[in-house]
This record gives sequence, C-alpha cells and structure tokens, in this order.
Amino acid sequence: MSALLNVENLRIGFRGAETCTVEGAFFSVHSGETIAIVGESGSGKTLSCRAVMGLLPPKAEIRGGSAAFCWEPGAAAPVDLLQMSERKLQRLRGDKISMIFQEPMSALSPLHTIGAQTAEVALLHGVSRRAEAKRMALEAFERVGFPDPSRAWSAYPFELSGGLRQRAMIAMAIIGQPKLLIADEPTTALDVTTQALVLNLIKQLQADTGMGVLLITHDLGVVANVADAVVVMRKGRVVEAGDAGEVVGDPAHGYTQKLVAAAPKMAPKPAPITSLSTPDPILSLRGVTRIFEERRSGLFKPARRFPALRGIDLDVPRGETVAVVGESGSGKTTLARIALAADRPTAGTVRFRPDAQREDLDVHALSRKELCAFRRSAQIVMQDPFAALSPRMRVREILTEPLEIHRLYDQAERRARAADLMRRVGLDPMMIDRFPHAFSGGQRQRISIARALMLEPQFLVCDEPTSALDVSVQSQILELLEQIRRERGLSYLFISHDLAVVGQLADWVAVMRSGLIVELARPSALFAAPRHPYTRALIAASPEPDVSRKIDVKAVAAGAGEPSSWPEPYRFDGERAPELIEAGVGHFVRAAA
Amino acid sequence: MLRFLIFRTLAMMGSLLLISALIFFIINLPEGDFISNQIAELKATGQENLIAEALFKQQLYSLDRPLWEQYLIWLGVAPGEGGYTGLLQGELGWSFELNKSVAEVIGDGLWLTLVVNLAAVLFVYAVALPLGVISAVKANSWVDYLAAFVGYIGLATPNFLLALILLYYGKQHLDLPIGGLMAAEFEGQPMSWDKMGSILTHLIVPTIVIGTAGTAAMSQRLRANMLDELNKPYVTTAKAKGASPIRRIVRYPLRMALNPFVADIGNLLPQLVSGSVLISVVMSLPTIGPILLDALKSQDHLLSGFILLFIAFLTLIGMLLSDLLLALLDPRIRTGARKR
Repeated sequence: MSALLNVENLRIGFRGAETCTVEGAFFSVHSGETIAIVGESGSGKTLSCRAVMGLLPPKAEIRGGSAAFCWEPGAAAPVDLLQMSERKLQRLRGDKISMIFQEPMSALSPLHTIGAQTAEVALLHGVSRRAEAKRMALEAFERVGFPDPSRAWSAYPFELSGGLRQRAMIAMAIIGQPKLLIADEPTTALDVTTQALVLNLIKQLQADTGMGVLLITHDLGVVANVADAVVVMRKGRVVEAGDAGEVVGDPAHGYTQKLVAAAPKMAPKPAPITSLSTPDPILSLRGVTRIFEERRSGLFKPARRFPALRGIDLDVPRGETVAVVGESGSGKTTLARIALAADRPTAGTVRFRPDAQREDLDVHALSRKELCAFRRSAQIVMQDPFAALSPRMRVREILTEPLEIHRLYDQAERRARAADLMRRVGLDPMMIDRFPHAFSGGQRQRISIARALMLEPQFLVCDEPTSALDVSVQSQILELLEQIRRERGLSYLFISHDLAVVGQLADWVAVMRSGLIVELARPSALFAAPRHPYTRALIAASPEPDVSRKIDVKAVAAGAGEPSSWPEPYRFDGERAPELIEAGVGHFVRAAA
Repeated sequence: MLRFLIFRTLAMMGSLLLISALIFFIINLPEGDFISNQIAELKATGQENLIAEALFKQQLYSLDRPLWEQYLIWLGVAPGEGGYTGLLQGELGWSFELNKSVAEVIGDGLWLTLVVNLAAVLFVYAVALPLGVISAVKANSWVDYLAAFVGYIGLATPNFLLALILLYYGKQHLDLPIGGLMAAEFEGQPMSWDKMGSILTHLIVPTIVIGTAGTAAMSQRLRANMLDELNKPYVTTAKAKGASPIRRIVRYPLRMALNPFVADIGNLLPQLVSGSVLISVVMSLPTIGPILLDALKSQDHLLSGFILLFIAFLTLIGMLLSDLLLALLDPRIRTGARKR
C-alpha cells in the first residue's frame, strides 16, 4: 500500500540565511499509523510538519524536496503538497489534513465560542447549512468526550479547563474527518493525567477513522506509548528512524541514546524507609491555609472564596529534599510563596530554623530587618528562566545585585564571588559580561541557580525549575541541583508537576490535590506501593520510554477525577476530606480510618 | 447586561455631577465675573443710570451669594431668591455679554456642533479602519509607507492651513462652497431636502480637516494592534482550518484589534470639539467652539459653564457607548460583567 504522506529530502531555510534549518528531512505516514517526530527545541521538527500544510512562518521558505500526499490510494495520483497552489492547499487544510496545536488557549480565538470555531471548519468545506454544521460540531464534541456537548457549543475558550480546551481543538481537527492529523506537541501544556487521557483519545479516534497521525513531541515516553514508528531529528537532520519499539528500546544513534538516557524514569532515589520524625526541621508548616477571595460582586453579595491551601502540615528535614507534586491549581506554588514569606497564610504558621543551635522563627511575624535576614538564608529558583532574568542587566549585575542589596562585601569581592559561582554552575566566567539573551534556556537556568546561591542560603525553593527545558538539559540541571545540595548541605523544597523528575532527587514526596496533601512518603515507598488513587493515577499516567509499559488509562481515569468520585475510603464528602493517617512506616495517606 | 447598563448610567450621572462642580468652581477661580466687571466699568465711566439694571441682574442670578450657593442654584437643586431656577429645572441661564438667554445663544450651534463632530468621527473610523488593516497586512510595503506618509502629513500640518488649502482647491476644481455650514438662503429656514443637501456639501471640507489628524493617529494605532494580533497562534489555526486569507484576517485578528479602537470613541469626542475651535473660526462654522472661547474670555460664566458641561456630557456618552460596544464585541468583558 502506498503511503498517505511521503516526505522526502525536505529542505527549509530562513530568508537571508544561507544554511538550511531543515536539511533533507524525510518521513512517511500510512493510514491508521502514528509516526512520531522527536527532537529538542530547534531541531526543525515543527517546521518540517508545518511545511506539509503550508503553515510556515513568513520568513521561512521551502528550498527543496517533496511531500507526496495521496488521500485515496489507488483512486488518485499523489499530489505534491509543496508544489501546490495556495488556493488548492486551502481546500485540503481542515478537510483532508488537519492540525492540533500545542497551546490550546492561544490557538483558539478568545472572542468566538468553541461551537462557532468548530462549525466553521464544516462551513468552510462544503457544508452549506448552519444547522447541519452545528449538528456535526455537536457530534464531534461528543466524540472527543465533552460531558455536555450543547454547553460546549456556547462556551468560550477561557471558560474551559486546559484539558477541555485541547479536546475542543481536537474536535475542530476531526470534524472534517481528515485522512491525516498533525499533532504538534498536543499534550505538552497539559497535566500528566490529562495528557494520558488526551493521548488515549487521539488513539481511539484513530482506531475509529483510520486516519494517519503525525505526532510532534519531545517526550520519548509519549512516543513509546502511542507511536508505531519514530523519526528522531537533531539540528534539522534526521538522525535515526524506524520502528518505535526498536528505536526507543535499542537506540542506535548516539544522540537517541542520550535522549533515552535523559528521559525521566520512575526510579526513586534509594533511601531507607524511616518514619518522618525530624527533631530538627529547617522549615516547618503547621495548618497552613490560604483562602483567596474574589472581588465582591455586588454590595450585598458575599465574596466568593477559593481555598488554595486547606491546612498543610509539612516538615523539611535539614539537609534533605522535600518534593511537592501536583497538577496545576493544586496549590503547590501558593505553598512555595507562603514558605518564603512572599504571601501570607490565612491561617497557620511557617517556622524556619536557620541552624540547629538557633531558635526557630515565625516567618510571617518577622520585623523588616529580620525578614531581610531571613531572605538571605531562604532563596528561590523560578520556573521560567526566560522571564526570571532581567533582559537589561548583564549576568554580572544579575549575580552581584543580591550582595549589593544586602550590603555584603566590597565590589572586588562581589565580582570574585560571582565569577566563582559561574564556574560552580558549569558556565564559563568569561561570559559574565553578556546579557541573558546570549544564553540558552539551560544556561539561563544555571544563572538563576547561581543568583539564588549568591547569598549562601541554607534553604532553597525550586519552583518547577526544569519544566521549561528540554529533557537532556533537564537531567543536567537536576544533577547540578543535587550536586550543589550535597556540597553545601542545603535543604530543598522542590515543586513539580512531574513525579518522575521528583523521584530522582527527593527524600520525601508530598502529593497535593485541591489544596491538600493526599499522600506523603519516601519516593521508594510511594512508587512501589502507592495507596491513594490520585497518586496511582499520577504514576499510571507518567509516560516512560519503554514500549512494554503503556499508560494505564483506567487507573488514570479512576484517580484523576473529582475528589468526590474517588473510591472509599479516599472519597471526599463534599468539601470534607478524610484525615491524613499513617498507613505504614513513614507513609501517610488521606483516607478514612 | 441590563444591570451593567443601569450601573453604568448611574456611575455616569455621578461623574457628571462631579464634573459640573469642577467646571463651576474652576470657571469662577479668576477674580470677578462679567457683571461685577461691568459695574466697575460703569462706575468708572460714570454711567450711573445703567448700574441699577446690572445690579438687578446680579440679584436675579444670585451672583452676590457665596460661590457654593451659586453652584447649587446653577445646578437647579436650590432655586435662588432672584427667580433663576437652574439647569435641572430647564433654565440654562443668561449670557450677560450677549444679553440673550443661553438657550438662544447656543440654539442651532449645539446641533450643528454635534453634526460636524459626528461627521468627523465617522470619517475617522471609516478611513482609519481600512487604512490601518491594509497597512498592517501589507506591513513595510509601499502601501504601508504611503499611508504612514499621508498620515504624518495630516498630523503635522496645522489644521487651519489644511482648511485654507482644501477650501481653495475645493472651490476651484469641485465648486465646493466656502465657509459656513449652509448656504445663506437657508439660514433660519425650517429643515428641507435642499437645506440638508446644502449642509452636506458644506460639511465635506470641515469633516476632512477636523478628522485628518485623528485618522492618522488611529490608523497607526490600529496597524500596531493588528501587527501584534496577526502573528498569534489562532490565526495559524484559522489557516489550518482552511480559511481564506481575507476571512482569517477579518474574522479573527481584526476582531481582537478592534478593542482599543472602540475604546477610543470616548476620548475622540472632546478632542474633536475643543480641537475644532480654530477651524470653526477660520471656516466661520456656526459651532459652539468660538462661542465658548468668547464666553471664557469675558467671564460670561453661565454660558461657558453650560457649554463645558455639554461637552463633558458628550464625552461620557461616548465612553458609555464604547463600553457597551466593548461588552458586545468581547465575551471576556461581557461574562466578566456578568460574574461581577
């Protein structure tokens, strides 16, 4: 059988640049097959796929190659999509070939209802009656699993959760019953449990319609779960291609081997199972509650209240790493802010003891001067290294600024310390006079880490420090953080949405959901015997680069739902949650006794 | 939506009240008023016989009372002892300089001002919209540069000069009338088709002159907004759906870029009214602009106060209009208003 899409020797360059950004890419997709294109940012995987649909950015141009598309094998001769006129291509787009984008919030128009945006595809491709288009859209909503299709019809994107938005995007892509679906990192912006459900949905739709799927991803775990074949790209070239099982299980090319090795796996840091009795916690949270109030609607209506944290008890033992894991909206970032006195709890206390001999301090009752001293010993590494560094300051200024603020050392000493830390985080001190934009994402995160270390803190909050980075860079940053912690005897509060990332360096893992800790244990115990359905869902949903370990969609669906749908004894009764009980040695779970 | 409307209208009335107080006290900041100046002058020139009449007017309009009392009387909430009842009672007051009632002085001028400025606003929007969109879509092409060039000339040329040039060439080549807002024979006549036609032809040049600067500024602003929106992912999505180039510009980014465009309505009105004073003088348009200028100079405070209040009222109406349009255009504002 001939291929649905056969791309050969594709070359793409940016206007004005002599070298090609994509150099001789090739891949082919058959009906009913999923091909994954894997690579890091800048590998040319997205450009290659967009070229097929004629969606290149204005400055990019196709310099050669062919993309033979044959939507009715046998009936018609294949057409070359790259040579096609814009007008003809326009007729194919959305009808025979459609696309799902990475960030559904920005890929959907905020001013039109989901219904109107979905029905538009039908109206553009031959359906003339609005009622018919609406019927088709409602059907598509039903197929992608909207609980209430008619409500989805009149909903705006900002009224939906991330998962539902991506479902709307998928509904829009499948309403025309395309032969080829191009999915550009369709789950990167989603929580891991939502990702599992969305991937499963695409798989199901493919089984129903027999369409070919071209999946762009950076995640080998996703590849191992859904792809039949893989094309690995690096710097615009295909470095390895073949059957998914073979490539992921036994990579031949050095780069693929590196990628597979860097992919986070559910391998907990080995640690003896002990109880959580810490005589000397560096940070200790008791009953920390934070309630956000929405602006009052009318004069007489009470303000709506959103509990972001609902009574958190958590200790960070000195010299250890406590990881807080949860989906977006679980309250983990609020927790980090409160721990650093960047926000005040509605109730509860945070106590901090800089060293074992000293008295512990109530972080939220400090005077200005004490607070300043507190900030010297507690620092943060932020999530987005692009936003966290001022683009108008040189790296030297970024690094010496904390010392200036705290009036420490003289100018020469500050510079010497900055240069020294550059070396410690693996950067060349020669680059210290450059601006942040001269550095890659991973290098910037190293700068962020160096900045946090300038004041020689004892305690560091890491707020998703690797979620904006490529996998290979991610593992390097994690190693660096772990190395620094050991050398300096630091204590970490590590915030993440990814259990696999956390497993490698945490001594304790706290799983959060709806502002509560639902399970707390050593990672080895947590991964080997998770108790709580939500933890199980998180573990089941984590894609691993291993074709024999598929995502267990049933377990994900069981635990990822609303707390009121969890099985007994874990079920929440309305707003009332069960207590956190010790189920094993050093293993706590929120369940009715 | 209805609640939003009621709430906005109430807020608008509150603002108007505040503005009225500000206007009244600011106008009265300079020492003296028209009548006291007049009395002083009469005394100096020895025309004692006229002083009695001036004193009578002073009492009639309670100008001898403290300022806050005068304000309340002017507003119409506390009728003065002299017999003047104030704005809310329908009495607009007296122009001491012209010796006519304010209603009489302003008369047609009010409506003609409205007509001229409405025409200018429509002109601004009708020209700026396509110009801005085309300049953005064809950014850095000759169309874009030409539009920017013409726009900057419009911004940089003094309006009165532009008015004179347009009047001269308009008369020579197109036989457009010079000056005024209607042919002399229609003045004071009841409205008829001929009169309307005459007003329309007289409107052409003033509309262009008053509107040019606003058009230039607005089309450049729209261009910038559009350029931001054109690169947004949802435009690519529309393309991936198979939408035609025009459809994917008009339906998506243009809708987004319209927001600031619409929000400007409220700001545009007062700018045009106060900016068109000079034009009205040059082109001898019977609008309230020149009247306001005279009234302010001669401290004819009841007249100037009313005109300023009227302009403020127009601005508030413009803002209300733009808020309503925004809510209509943007579901995020609409549902936000519903929740709050």
